[in-house]
Amino acid sequence: MAAVSKTYEEINERIRKGQAVVLTAEEMTRLVKKVGPEKAAKEVDVVTTGTFAPMCSSGVFINFGHTQPPIKAAKVWLNDVPAYAGLAAVDIYLGATEPAFDDPLNKVHPGTFEYGGGHVIHDLVSGKPVRLRAEAYGTDCYPNRHVEMTVTLQDLPYAVLCNPRNAYQNYNCAVNLSKKTIYTYMGTLKPRLGNANYSTSGELSPLLNDPHYRTLGLGTRIFLGGAQGYIVWHGSQHRPDAPRLPNGIPRMPSGTLMVLGDLKEMSPRWLMGVSIQGYGCSLAVGIGVPIPILDAEMATYTGISDSEIVTQVKDYSFNQAEPLAEVTYEELRSGCIRIGEKEVPTVPLSSVVRAREIAGILKRWIEEGRFELGVPQKLLPNPLRPARAS
Amino acid sequence: MYARMLVLRFPKEIVDKPIVTNLVRNYNLSFNILKAQIYPRKEGLMVMELRGNRKDYERGLQYLKDIGVIVESIAQGIRRDEEKCYQCGACTAVCPTGALHIKRPEMEVLFDSERCSACELCVKTCPARAMIVLFDQKMTLEV
Ligand code: SF4
Ligand code: SF4
Repeated sequence: MAAVSKTYEEINERIRKGQAVVLTAEEMTRLVKKVGPEKAAKEVDVVTTGTFAPMCSSGVFINFGHTQPPIKAAKVWLNDVPAYAGLAAVDIYLGATEPAFDDPLNKVHPGTFEYGGGHVIHDLVSGKPVRLRAEAYGTDCYPNRHVEMTVTLQDLPYAVLCNPRNAYQNYNCAVNLSKKTIYTYMGTLKPRLGNANYSTSGELSPLLNDPHYRTLGLGTRIFLGGAQGYIVWHGSQHRPDAPRLPNGIPRMPSGTLMVLGDLKEMSPRWLMGVSIQGYGCSLAVGIGVPIPILDAEMATYTGISDSEIVTQVKDYSFNQAEPLAEVTYEELRSGCIRIGEKEVPTVPLSSVVRAREIAGILKRWIEEGRFELGVPQKLLPNPLRPARAS
Repeated sequence: MYARMLVLRFPKEIVDKPIVTNLVRNYNLSFNILKAQIYPRKEGLMVMELRGNRKDYERGLQYLKDIGVIVESIAQGIRRDEEKCYQCGACTAVCPTGALHIKRPEMEVLFDSERCSACELCVKTCPARAMIVLFDQKMTLEV
């Protein structure tokens, strides 16, 4: 049997004809286990992945339109949440973790962080009116010093979601060795190994289905916040050289994505403002990445199951720097892991239900010919990417 | 043995009566108080689990209603907003009764209001603020 080899163009041609065979990552895992990667690569064109979890390094570029008289905004607030205004006159960047200016923060610990940048983004995509306030020092060309107006996403001339670090390839499992409850970005951690929190969608997770980023880079079209978006660069803290298992899976946080898309096309179901007790505000982002099955190697990668993915259990109370254990996602998903002598209940922070839903939506889009693969123009950096024969 | 988690709301006229003592003495019931609060205008709120045989339980409940206590089930007190809940599971870290729990292998997060003790720990733990307390609000609305 000749080895399978497909091009992006061939797969896109099949998508256009409505003939592409698309499986979700969970379905692909079952198929590969049953028929092997060679046969699966022959049958399947695309595998869809998904993840839905708080992703702090997210935000939106907004241009709120020139006012009359014009203003060169120096300070801007949206629903009292400060945005960064150190750009041209009415261009701003609103970050997901920015709290409202009068938020009590952690003055009474743990703070609750009821409203921040992530919530403003959620309100905007929900079509809700948002109060915009801008201040300026005034110039000859931009005499206006103060603007207050109500805007909706529809009114804004420009709003682009641009997240510098999303979809972490693997992440720590967090525990607390100290004697008191701690409140972290990994959720509430009860004392003395009271619980173990983890946050990836495992075998559904985008970067765990293409561990060496053979098909991912600038121009890869993705599901982003309910619309079509793009991978535009590797994300901040992208670290491809993390130690890996023989199957290519990094054993700790590794690759990341910078993603971009038109906020106006997105939906509030897939961009949710969140409040993480004691930590801050954030934005839960829905991302789905289609993985083209170019050959048997890609079938092997996407055939990965939770039992073949591991991560490190780390203490978040600063008592122990070294990992306490290495566990598989199968163990994490069972509800309980063993750390030394102790049975520790596990708590997911990333929604597998929503990840599965995203993989399903992306699958439907491709099957219906509404979504073609974007050909990456420059792959994510990875010095360890295995050299290819062809 | 019959057991139910109840929310009792006491009008201010009876807030100082030995009602729980009567339940125990006259109706042979046992109880476990999870929360008790008196509001500024003297109305009281109590969350308790009431236990006994089915018949005594029914009679005890009738007694409470007769003297003017408003009895609600917990389901009316703590609710999950299904639109907001994105099924992550963060709340299961703190829920002491297992009312919030995960169905495996699907990883669906279920809320079983029958098991909820109204401790409210999930309310601030849920990143989406999907867990909603209703009885406190109702109380203040009425005054
Ligand atoms: S209030 Fe929340 S945390 Fe407490 S028992 Fe009910 S569901 Fe569980
Ligand atoms: S923490 Fe909130 S959003 Fe997550 S499963 Fe629980 S109720 Fe739903």
